[in-house]
Amino acid sequence: MTLADAAIYSLAALGLLAFLSVTVLLLTWLERKALARIQMRMGPMRVGFHGALQPLADAMKLIAKEDILPSWADRRIYWLAPLAVFVPAFLLWVTIPVAQDVVIRNLDLGLFYIAAVSVLSVLGLVMAGWGSANKYAIIGGLRAAGQMLSYEIPFIMAILAVAMLAQSLNLRDIVDGQSGAAYALVQPLGLFLFLTAGLAELGRTPFDIHHAESEVVGGPFVEYSGAHWAIFFLAEYVNTFTIAVLTALLFLGGWRWPTMPFDGAAHAALSVLWLLAKAYAVILVIFWIRGTYPRLRIDQLMAFGWKFLVPLSFLNIVITGVVTFYGWPLWTLTLLSAAILAASYALIRYHAGAGRKRTSVTVRQASDLRASGGARR
Amino acid sequence: MSLALFYVAGVITLGGALAVVMTRNIVYAAFGLLASLIGVAGLFLLAFAEFLALVQILIYGGAIVVVILFTLMLTRIEDFERLTDNAQWPAAIAAAAALFGLLAAAVLLTDTPAAEPQAVDFETVGKTLFVDWAVPFEIASLVLLVALIGAVVMVRSNGDRR
Repeated sequence: MTLADAAIYSLAALGLLAFLSVTVLLLTWLERKALARIQMRMGPMRVGFHGALQPLADAMKLIAKEDILPSWADRRIYWLAPLAVFVPAFLLWVTIPVAQDVVIRNLDLGLFYIAAVSVLSVLGLVMAGWGSANKYAIIGGLRAAGQMLSYEIPFIMAILAVAMLAQSLNLRDIVDGQSGAAYALVQPLGLFLFLTAGLAELGRTPFDIHHAESEVVGGPFVEYSGAHWAIFFLAEYVNTFTIAVLTALLFLGGWRWPTMPFDGAAHAALSVLWLLAKAYAVILVIFWIRGTYPRLRIDQLMAFGWKFLVPLSFLNIVITGVVTFYGWPLWTLTLLSAAILAASYALIRYHAGAGRKRTSVTVRQASDLRASGGARR
Repeated sequence: MSLALFYVAGVITLGGALAVVMTRNIVYAAFGLLASLIGVAGLFLLAFAEFLALVQILIYGGAIVVVILFTLMLTRIEDFERLTDNAQWPAAIAAAAALFGLLAAAVLLTDTPAAEPQAVDFETVGKTLFVDWAVPFEIASLVLLVALIGAVVMVRSNGDRR
């Protein structure tokens, strides 16, 4: 590695940091606007056109805020925790391509690298929880560790099934493999598993129990304020964006599908926009889920992960393996995958229905009780 | 360049390992272990074993250290704070010295290949692991299964037979 290489790589890293920071500012505004729309509010309106400058104002407020160190906190671990969350979130982008040649380093083990590095961010949450010396923070850190370790399995299994289809772990090859049909069409089950487990890895609603405000106040971040809290916040939104871009790359055909009628430079420029458009569509779905679904309880979360997502992800691997091994046409995999997805949806509806019946019985008993009490009165 | 990086990785590995043994705070020991394991991943990278380095980060850096921290947090930290010395340190020194001697002898007695170290692509790794050595690989997973069943048996208390 020469000095010129080093300069290029540091410039790329700085550019990446700038790109991700601007994206995060945009995402916070987009999320507030989307949630406001779902709840029939206006959202931020005061700063700039329709609140467009609100993220900048927020960022300035966060930086200017006092950084508080709790007196019982473990100083070293407390200050290191934001970095331990942010660095893996940033490192992931080393190998994520946004167009055919727009990538810092195209690794042959790209997908595996992403799986390995994304695990590391859990450590930061655990460090923050323990370092704060706060009961809510420790419980939040424990919840984060348990949740992320559990959902890591379906997450990696969903990635693995994609790699089996593409016969490669290289993200560029995987996108190239989708020039015929996006893998979302081949593996609807895989898309469902990846997005659900991805939401859990992010700790976003409905899986946001580790910083659930109503239970553990703010989880591992309770004690943080100012710039250090802002770093956690930044990492969280970078991770959300990462999952959205990965979904677009792995399942929605990246810049390859549907094929664009352009060539040369126009193709290169448009393919970035093409990918980003898909990524933002996924992000809007994530915000939409946040606006509509209630938070899971921790036992529901664990049961859903281990009893539902993990078996389904193994099933996904098995059907993908059978279809690719025997060389069956890909539409058989589509049918199998969609059938399993529909069957599991029916199963969940059935269970939810059974639960609701039980609740309605108790409600009736309660109203009977109230009626009898009323008679006595 | 790679020699300098080798020394950096070596210092991280050894420093982390020393921190595990020397620190009095058991949570610091867990983080020292993490640093040491990541240093080992760096050594793997320098030996052109990218796949092994990533496995090291995924399994040890992610899963195992998180589980260790998880269990530490469930115990009471105060119980460990008064722990200043471990009576077993002479035995530990003897065991470590014996292991070092064994490894050093193994390295010195083996002929090192003269060629430059080369990257092995992960297809070869996969074929070797799942085709040539499939049975030993499966036996290793059997060991994990036994551990899993053992954990379930230990957790179930005697009065809780359903």
